[in-house]
Amino acid sequence: MGSLMDISKIRADFPVLDQQVNGSPLIYFDNAATTQKPKTVIDALSHYYQFDNANIHRGLHTLAERATTAYELTRTKVRDFLHAPSSDQIIFTSGTTAGINLVAQTFGRSTFKAGDKILISNLEHHSNIVPWQMIAQETGAIIEVIPVDETGVLDLAAFEKQLDSRVKLVAVNHVSNAIGTINPIAKIISLAHAKGAKVLIDGAQSVAHIEIDVQALDMDFFVFSAHKLFGPTGVGILYGKRELLDAMPPYQGGGEMIKEVSFSGTTYNELPYKFEAGTPNIADVIAFGAAIDYVKSYGTGELMKQEQALLAYATDKLASIPGLRIVGTAPDKIAVISYVVEGIHPQDLGVLLDKFGVAIRTGHHCAQPLMQRYGLVGTCRVSFAFYNTTEEIDRFMVALERSIRMLG
Amino acid sequence: MAQSINDTQEELIAEFDLFEDWADKYEYLIDLGKKLPAMSEEWKTEENVIKGCQSRVWLHAEREGELVHFLADSEAVIVKGLISMLIRVLSGHTASEILAADLYFIDRIGMSQHLAQTRSNGLLAMVKQMKNYALAFSAQQ
Repeated sequence: MGSLMDISKIRADFPVLDQQVNGSPLIYFDNAATTQKPKTVIDALSHYYQFDNANIHRGLHTLAERATTAYELTRTKVRDFLHAPSSDQIIFTSGTTAGINLVAQTFGRSTFKAGDKILISNLEHHSNIVPWQMIAQETGAIIEVIPVDETGVLDLAAFEKQLDSRVKLVAVNHVSNAIGTINPIAKIISLAHAKGAKVLIDGAQSVAHIEIDVQALDMDFFVFSAHKLFGPTGVGILYGKRELLDAMPPYQGGGEMIKEVSFSGTTYNELPYKFEAGTPNIADVIAFGAAIDYVKSYGTGELMKQEQALLAYATDKLASIPGLRIVGTAPDKIAVISYVVEGIHPQDLGVLLDKFGVAIRTGHHCAQPLMQRYGLVGTCRVSFAFYNTTEEIDRFMVALERSIRMLG
Repeated sequence: MAQSINDTQEELIAEFDLFEDWADKYEYLIDLGKKLPAMSEEWKTEENVIKGCQSRVWLHAEREGELVHFLADSEAVIVKGLISMLIRVLSGHTASEILAADLYFIDRIGMSQHLAQTRSNGLLAMVKQMKNYALAFSAQQ
């Protein structure tokens, strides 16, 4: 594939890939749902529980100190990974969804007034729609939707017209989970800022593929999940500009997030702890540090190169199948291909492909408004990671063509 | 009198035993799905949709004296195949027979994966809804 990456060595780093499913070697093409974990991440998790397990930040003993140091080390790794100015602007959450809800319930609740506008796009995942609907209902703010064209590209001319002084927040994904479009976030952010609106970027589908520099892009909020970046589930990141995070009221109350508590009143802790009430997901945060190290050892750009080659290879192959239509043909895409086959329900293809050992995703991809836009009940979606191979795509194609014949 | 629920289950098990590999079994299942008589559009109501399925599934039940008859349809042909077997096994029996039925054939023909909670194809939901109809009818008696 014209890459210097040694694919067999890489695959050996991911133990889960080496198995038979329903009698065939597993082909894992559901990376947009969650990525697999390298052995270093699995080992870090196991090592923590075997040797370092302790509650963090409060204990004086050695284990507590080791756990705290390892936990906070991940925060600095995330800071560097995002090119953030300081690690106290890195808030640990349980995932992208939790990060968006945090911003909606703190920034949103304290900022939105009746008649204010929240702009989201037609490409959004439900997790970047519903939290805004909930806070809009409470505050009287209005949600407007940036339209998307037939190919899956956002209509920026329409966006510019929608942007007025009533827009307080623009919340868009960096990359569409359902069809793979890479959105022009630099442009979106600068247009929004010119009108005084803040911007939240949902990076769930981009962090594993595109180098993120929150300062260069002048991001107000950036959220993502560790499990889509080869890390554990149950860990997410919220990055925010300091003045925004400082001004936001606390989210959940409890331990960790306080400075002093008395029955006459409580003072809150500083960033980032103000937003981290309760004992956090210590083990998974520590293991996430190992995932960042792993990705950095190759570089996001290298991974993307490998994936783009897979995208081009699979797009060509799929286009040759009669009756198959690719949904989402934006010029800039990550390695995600959504498709439908005439006369066949996506679910039927998903069931049969699984019998061939191929894991794909079928359905509405938690993006029902986008499916409605295209008049579809759902699609089949294959999504690649850098550990996938063209040989796997060839075997997938054989399974797909056989499945289509069986259903036809 | 119609044959018993377990007789029909045994019949289905014998039919699937004719096939050695999974692909042949699924081709047969798909064939059953294609042969399921089309459901009249008047029954394809929002009320008859079974929730929790990735494809839309409609199920309607009617009573004829003591006996319960099911009509069903789906957008997905494998789901239709599964429904067609459920109808063959359960339709035309009394509400109490349907409520008491242990649907062991699903496992024996190698389709138990469709009963798992993660499979949002709703075989579990279909069985539950069929039993719900039976329960409702038996309460009316």
